[in-house]
Parts: sequence; structure tokens; C-alpha cells
Amino acid sequence: MSAHRGTGHTVRGTLAAFDSPDAMLEALRHLRQEGFTRLEVYSPYAVEEVDDLLGRKPQALPLIVVAAGVLGAVGGFFLQYWGMVLSYPLNIGGRPLNSWPAFSTTTFELAALAILLIGFLAFCTICRLPRLYDPIFDAPGFEQASQDRFLIWIAEREGRDDTELLRRLLPHGEGVHIDEVPA
Amino acid sequence: MGASPEPRQELNRVVEPGVTALSVTVHVSDLVLERRTPMWWWIGFGLSVGLLGLFVVALGWLFIRGVGIWGIDWPVAWGFAIGNYVWWVGMASGGTLISALFFLTRSEWRSATSRLAETMTVFCVACAGIMPVIHLGRWWYFYWLFPYPNTMALWPQFRSPLHWDFVAILVYVAGSVLFWYVGLLPDLATLRDRARRRWQRVLYGLLALGWQGSSLHWRQFKILYGLFAALMAPLVCSIHSIVGLDFAGGLTPGWHETQFPPYFVFGAALSGFAVVLMLVIPLRRALDLTGVITLRHVDVLARLMLTTSLLLSYCYLMEVFMPFYRGEEHEITVVMSELGGYYAPWYWAKIILNGVVPQLLWIRPLRLNRPVLFLVALCVVVGMWIERYVIVVGGLHRNYTESSWFVFMPTFWDWATLAGSVGLFLTGFFMALRFIPIVSMFELRELLHKKKTEGGR
Repeated sequence: MSAHRGTGHTVRGTLAAFDSPDAMLEALRHLRQEGFTRLEVYSPYAVEEVDDLLGRKPQALPLIVVAAGVLGAVGGFFLQYWGMVLSYPLNIGGRPLNSWPAFSTTTFELAALAILLIGFLAFCTICRLPRLYDPIFDAPGFEQASQDRFLIWIAEREGRDDTELLRRLLPHGEGVHIDEVPA
Repeated sequence: MGASPEPRQELNRVVEPGVTALSVTVHVSDLVLERRTPMWWWIGFGLSVGLLGLFVVALGWLFIRGVGIWGIDWPVAWGFAIGNYVWWVGMASGGTLISALFFLTRSEWRSATSRLAETMTVFCVACAGIMPVIHLGRWWYFYWLFPYPNTMALWPQFRSPLHWDFVAILVYVAGSVLFWYVGLLPDLATLRDRARRRWQRVLYGLLALGWQGSSLHWRQFKILYGLFAALMAPLVCSIHSIVGLDFAGGLTPGWHETQFPPYFVFGAALSGFAVVLMLVIPLRRALDLTGVITLRHVDVLARLMLTTSLLLSYCYLMEVFMPFYRGEEHEITVVMSELGGYYAPWYWAKIILNGVVPQLLWIRPLRLNRPVLFLVALCVVVGMWIERYVIVVGGLHRNYTESSWFVFMPTFWDWATLAGSVGLFLTGFFMALRFIPIVSMFELRELLHKKKTEGGR
């Protein structure tokens, strides 16, 4: 079995579509109780509680952004310090060369720039964007996930036939079978 | 709901009854994907492109002949270009304040207007960014502002407010474009999924970068968007403070004032809210968005305009009071010349348009009367341009050296550059109206869901 890459679907699974976030959450709870672990939810907006139910926490992005801010601030200050103190010192009326208050705005701006650019790149990397094609796009009804339906993707468990179990667990949802192509 | 349309209640609704998540999605995406381009769009776009053509001609002539085609000379070396720059960047603040600041305060009314306001910001910033570059006499050397390794081993003057400003506008351009684009991603995916024509699928498919709306995507999206909002709110204050410092850092009478950073932030916010109103009022009808951009939005924006006008009026009072309080003779001369000299009509126009006219908005019926409100907003936008003009020229034309006193007379090319930049803004904005969802669909879906569950209880 190939490795699970981001949200990329390299395994077969079942896609269940729901009309309301509440029905979707209900089904998700049942699935979790039955021990399904490889699940993913597709929704037209961020639904609270999904992360709790899936047991996922955002970890990397905030740390990366903090690091980017520190890098931008330190680098930005050093750039000015290097230019004004080390590389080309200009004595103007005996004023201190390391005039840090005058460097503070550019330091802030460059920290902001680093956060913006690195934050966006980190976001793209973590989300595996740009990724113009993913096998999940071929699933019938998937385009509804960006409009008004809430989908749960359930990975096929190796060596088990969950068809009956899923039919019982997802009574209100319209279960759709999809055969995934390895990405 | 509905039996007695109590004006109070009507004012509290951020969405009209009957609007559903699906209807918003269908309507807003159909505006882009399905609807035949309306006649008013073609007329507006045609006029805008005409003005843009004027801008191209004005810039072309400028590049051939140099800044001598404008009315500037010593000591008034900063004329329209810098005034325009401050004006445009000030109006840009409206979008950032609405989408970043009011995101942080979790204001419900923000969702429906944020996209429109942010789009406005992006194109205002584009106009603003051009102005300082073209006002450089030798604009082709603008890259000297970058700290790059050069054979002369020189550095830009990092201690100068003018260089802070260069960095600030650079970061603000990057920030507003990224903030706008990140917020667009889920909506571009909706367009991709709803598109029927091939070119639309390809275009929005590329722009959406393959957004799936998975829980992973939403989780990261919410963090990033929150962070960007938390960053853009101080960033927009920083850029206007720095623009204020451009002036305060100079020794020119009338400029050398410690109150300038907040003064410029208030002025920027005032013109920003005004221009958002000028766009919202006609567009909510023209695009049939009255269901999601309600009277509540109009009312909130009008109140914000009134508030910032009061803040700015306080600064106007201080501007006159401080020179007398300090007792510096030449500064008093400059103030007196502003109040009663050559530029007095401009000065009083700024006081009336920015300080007096917005006071009409204390009266609720006037605040809710859209034509009146539109005119008030127009007065403010014009007034804010005049304010920048008075600040830039007013101080410079009464220099410390009496022999170099000078009256700035704008030429045709000054006006052409100003009008042309309006054309650039409008062309960009009309294109955006045609090609991107002008209301944030996913935010409204979330808002409507929240409203529904609240109402069900």
C-alpha cells in the first residue's frame, strides 16, 4: 500500500455526502466510535468540531510563522546595522551610528514581510498546494463540497469489508462509492 | 419576521430573511460565470479605459520630458504626485480596516463587504505605488531604494522616514495582495466547481491552486487568515503613521508636527470608509446584493465615517492651535496664510468637506438615505484629496526663506495624472467585478449557518 500523502488519495475509499453540517458531524462521531481512523472531511466552510472529532491539531504553521517573524526582525535589523554601522559608517554630527529607534520601523516592516511571504509558502506546502489534480476531484458529487454539501471520505481498511457497517452507520447520508486511482 | 418592518430591526439584520447559503453561492458565482455583462458595466469600463489611456499618455509624456511638465518647482517640489500618493494609499486603508480590524473584532457585518473593500484596496494600492516612483525625476533609478550590493558600496539611508515609507508601501502592497488572494482561494474553488465553460474551469482551476476544502485545508486556512488579519491591522496603521512621518520628519513649517502619524491614520480611515460606501451603495443594487449587503452595512459604514471625521476634525483644530501654543513665528505665518492666504479656499474646502459635511450623518434618516450618503462620501473623498494637497503645497510654498516663496499652479499634466490614476483604479475594479466573486461566499455560508442555528434555539 502506498503511503498517505497529505490529502492525496492513494487508497480506495467511500465518500458520503450530507446536506447539513450537523448530520455530517453525527456520522463522523459514529465512524470514530467504530474505530475508523483514516477519515477526511470536505466542507464548503470550516466546521468547528471536525478537528476535535478527527483528533487533529494545527501545529506547524503557527510555529513557522513565529520563526519567520523572528527571522524577519533579526535579519531586518541586521541589514540596517550592517549598512549603517559596519559597512559604510557616516559620522553626522557625532550621532550614534547604531541609531536603533530609526531602524525600528523598517525592522517591523521586514518582519511583517517575512511573516506574509513565509506564512503563505508554508500554508501552501502544508496544504500541498498548488495541486491542480487530485483523484478525489473525480469522485461523483465532489464539486458539491465547495458549495453546499458536507462530505466524509472513509479510507478502505485493509483486509476488511466495511460495506455493511458503513451502510448501517450512514443511514441519512447518501453513500457514494469511489474507486481511487493512485496519485 | 416581516409583518412590521420595524426600522430598528431592519437596521440590525446583516442578512435579509430568505437568503440561504445556497442562494448566495449561486447568485454570487453566477454574477461571474453566467450573467451577461450588463450595459452599465460596459459603459463604466469604457470610461475607465478612456481615463487609463489618459494616464498612459500622461506618463509617456512625463517619461519623455521629465517632471518639468508638472507645475512643481523649488521650493514646491512635492506637488500632485505626492498628494495623490497619500490620497490613494489612504483610501486603500478602508479595505484593510474592514477586513482585518473588524475580522479581529468578529463583527458580523464585515463578511459581506470585506471582499469588495479588499478588492478596492488592492487597486488603490496599485495607484498609490506608482505615484512616488513617477515623482522621482529620474524614475529609472528607483531601484536605488533597495539595499542591494552595488559597485559604489552605498546604502539607502535607513534612518530617513522616506525610506521607511518605501519599505512600508512595499510590504503593504505584498500584504494586501496576499491577504486578498488567500481569502479568495475557497471562493475560486467554488467558481471552478460551478463553471460550465472550459476556459472558466481552466482559469479558476489554476487560480484556486487545487483547493479541496478538506479539514486540513480549512484548519490551515483559518490559522493563516487569522494571522494575516492580526498582521494587516497594525500594518495599515504603520503605513499611515509612516506617511505622516514623511512630513513630520521634514523641517518644513506646517509639516513638522508630532501629531501627524495619528492624523494620517484618521484621515486614511475616513477616506477609506467613504470610498467603500461609494462602491457599496450603487453596487448592492446593480448586482442585486441587497439581501446580503443590508441597511445595517450602510449604517455601520456611515457611523464609522462620522467617527473618523470627528477624530480628524480634532486633528484639524490641533493643527491650528499648536503653532500659536508653541509661539513659533514662522509657523504662525504659515497657518495664517492657510487660513486666509492664496490657498485659503482649498483650506476651507477641506474643513467643510471633511469636518462639517459628515456631521449630517448624526441624523438617522440622512444616514439611511443612500443618495445623500453617497454625496457625503463623495465630498469626503474629494475633501481628503484637497487635504493632502493643502498639506503638501501649503507648507512648502511659505518656506523659511521669504525670497523663495512660490505659488504652485497645477498644469494640464498634473490633472491628467490625477484623473488617469482614477482610470487605472476603476479599470482594475471593473475587471474584478467581472471576474472574481465580489462577496465572500464561504464567509456568508458560515454566517448564515450560525444565524440559522441561533434562530432555531
